[in-house]
Amino acid sequence: MSRTYLLQGPALLGGQATDLLLADGVIAATGPDARRAAGAGTEVIDAEGLIALPGLVDLHTHLREPGREDAETVASGTRAAAAGGFTCVHAMANTDPVADTAGVVEQVYHLGRDAGWVEVRPVGAVTVGLGGTRLAELGAMADSAAAVRVFSDDGKCVSDPLLMRRALEYVKAFDGVIAQHAQDPRLTAGAVMHEGRMSADLGLTGWPAVAEEAIIARDVLLAEHVGSRVHICHLSTAGAVDIVRWAKARGITVTAEVTPHHLLLTDDLLADYDPVYKVNPPLRTAEDVEAVRAGLADGTIDIVATDHAPHTQEDKDCEFSAAAFGMTGLETAVGVVAEAMITPHQHDFGWADIARVMSTAPARIGRVGGQGQPLTAGAPAHLTLIDPAAPTPVDPEGQASASRNTPYAGRVLPAAVRATFYAGRPTVLDGHLQDERSTS
Amino acid sequence: MRHLLSAGDLSREEAIDILDTAETMSATQQRQIKKLPTLRGLTVVNLFLEDSTRTRISFEAAAKRLSADVINFSAKGSSVSKGESLKDTAQTLEAMGADAVVIRHSASGAPHRLAHTGWIDAPVLNAGDGSHQHPTQALLDAYTMRRRLRAAASRGADLRGLRVVIVGDVLHSRVARSNVDLLHILGADVLLVAPPTLLPVGVRAWPCEVTYDLDAAIASHQPDAVMMLRVQRERMSSEAGGFFPSPMEYARRYGLDASRLAAMPEHAIVMHPGPMNRGLEISAAAADSHRSTIREQVANGVAVRMAVLYLLLAGRSESRPELPLEA
Repeated sequence: MSRTYLLQGPALLGGQATDLLLADGVIAATGPDARRAAGAGTEVIDAEGLIALPGLVDLHTHLREPGREDAETVASGTRAAAAGGFTCVHAMANTDPVADTAGVVEQVYHLGRDAGWVEVRPVGAVTVGLGGTRLAELGAMADSAAAVRVFSDDGKCVSDPLLMRRALEYVKAFDGVIAQHAQDPRLTAGAVMHEGRMSADLGLTGWPAVAEEAIIARDVLLAEHVGSRVHICHLSTAGAVDIVRWAKARGITVTAEVTPHHLLLTDDLLADYDPVYKVNPPLRTAEDVEAVRAGLADGTIDIVATDHAPHTQEDKDCEFSAAAFGMTGLETAVGVVAEAMITPHQHDFGWADIARVMSTAPARIGRVGGQGQPLTAGAPAHLTLIDPAAPTPVDPEGQASASRNTPYAGRVLPAAVRATFYAGRPTVLDGHLQDERSTS
Repeated sequence: MRHLLSAGDLSREEAIDILDTAETMSATQQRQIKKLPTLRGLTVVNLFLEDSTRTRISFEAAAKRLSADVINFSAKGSSVSKGESLKDTAQTLEAMGADAVVIRHSASGAPHRLAHTGWIDAPVLNAGDGSHQHPTQALLDAYTMRRRLRAAASRGADLRGLRVVIVGDVLHSRVARSNVDLLHILGADVLLVAPPTLLPVGVRAWPCEVTYDLDAAIASHQPDAVMMLRVQRERMSSEAGGFFPSPMEYARRYGLDASRLAAMPEHAIVMHPGPMNRGLEISAAAADSHRSTIREQVANGVAVRMAVLYLLLAGRSESRPELPLEA
């Protein structure tokens, strides 16, 4: 018999305040019913002034296990996810060995189940070994215990147009989706930062916007031709927003994600060659940041996904060109999105929109049944409580991720996760991870 | 001046101070005994993580003529291929008593990291980093221009009004970036000439003009100095980016041949940072002409590096020690 919780007074999606009763892994009752149904053993949680959102769903997380357990493990990464308000993460396939077989995706799936912090949905590689030449056994991964629906060579682009076409077609058989890391490899050989004014000054090899946009343009046309859906990972340029907007207007089934860092940070930050800002796709210009914000606000961009990419200190405390690409993001995602989308009051964007782009829509794209559901009676008790007015400094040492490569160290973010419930169990309470897994 | 990382970090006054100090150093180098006692007891480390004999020797000569002890540490490649990190290498050298680190590195920004991460305390002198900066090259080029073109009135002067044309692979050139920065600081007008493929996207934001036509540039700009940049033959290959169709085509369109040399104003000088590709970016006629300052640039490099080492190291104490100018 699991513990029951009465959440008193949270504002649902930032709107109406109500009560929620969580019992047996589901939302047992809401509103006045919740208080009435609460029994003697019910733990009461004061959520006055907090916002209740469905548990956040990340479509793009690097958990690094198997292979780079020194940077992150499924356990440490999912713990970080819970701290960030997530109840589901999609574990990217670029592990070692690559998640390109049913065996590896099932291993990751079971590691996630054992850790118990969030639901782990493994992403399968599109091509064998991320090699870009031969389709992996997508069907076997789809049929496995991990029930993979999202396939991606993320970190590498499926650049061969014929192979991309075949992948888009093939996954229709099991309602899968190809999540493309849009980067023309020939246009980005040796590239380490956005190509523009800053790269000219810094003498670093540039990663031009067109290398992303050309692949996106090709892939939406391929998706239209074969009648498949396609998902664009970490869209980062103004031109890419225009292309996706055009494709949607044309009726093409394309979805797109933006990362929190591409909503907030620009390539100016590279002036000191600090590898903590080295990421792929690279930080772009202020104009690009404006465009991706506008695209997220008007629905051109469907979701925010973290691209949480933990790296060891050794891989970051070195010359810029020698450093690894990527930054952590799970624990700061909500605060950064609030900072970029709500605080500036540029766009009509509120907490209900955050619920849409960080929970409902990613769950739908990833075909994750129980996640991203409305907070109504009978729904699975996956939810998070956010304090929308809690200026919180980012302290890398205080983070749950096994890595420290957050680009936000020292920044003050406007909102904080106060509690997370995964299947009715509190993984975070009072802002603290609940390591004691009480089953009483 | 705590470090010398980028020519663009210098103020006009600091740059002129370095050039004037270099004049003083140069004067001491005319004596029979060239060695000065100024940096006696101090240790300068030459940390050269990219192949370069000329620059290393120039820094070594400069440090030794100031009586500093010199430790040369050379290894090819980045920290990754070497197996030891830049951080550990630098800390090891500092632990051995390095008072200044002169660093050459294939990665843009490596000197900046060394200076600003707290890895070491010693002053850092950038001897060339990737495609980013090579500030002492720009200083020795400015020094050479000032001496040749300002003659007796050189001390204390800047380069206001001088017209400098820089030709070649600007995209990959730390020499071009450093020179554009420093020449702008010193008031000269700079015109870059290159095939469009060898100009960085973003070059329009630089404080200079840009054109693709060398003949037109020489005719219209009437330069006081033409600086040819080294072009690597490999850049034409498809694997290396395919920046131009063939060395011959490059030489025809952007090489300083005899007819272009003749089209230059009478007084204009020909510069090249070396090492040259004769027959590619520069013809023998231009390289060996009396207007060529190429060997002078090498000699001036030692004086300029003496000046920079002196100002960085002597500048750390409260008052600058006097230079023993009497012979």
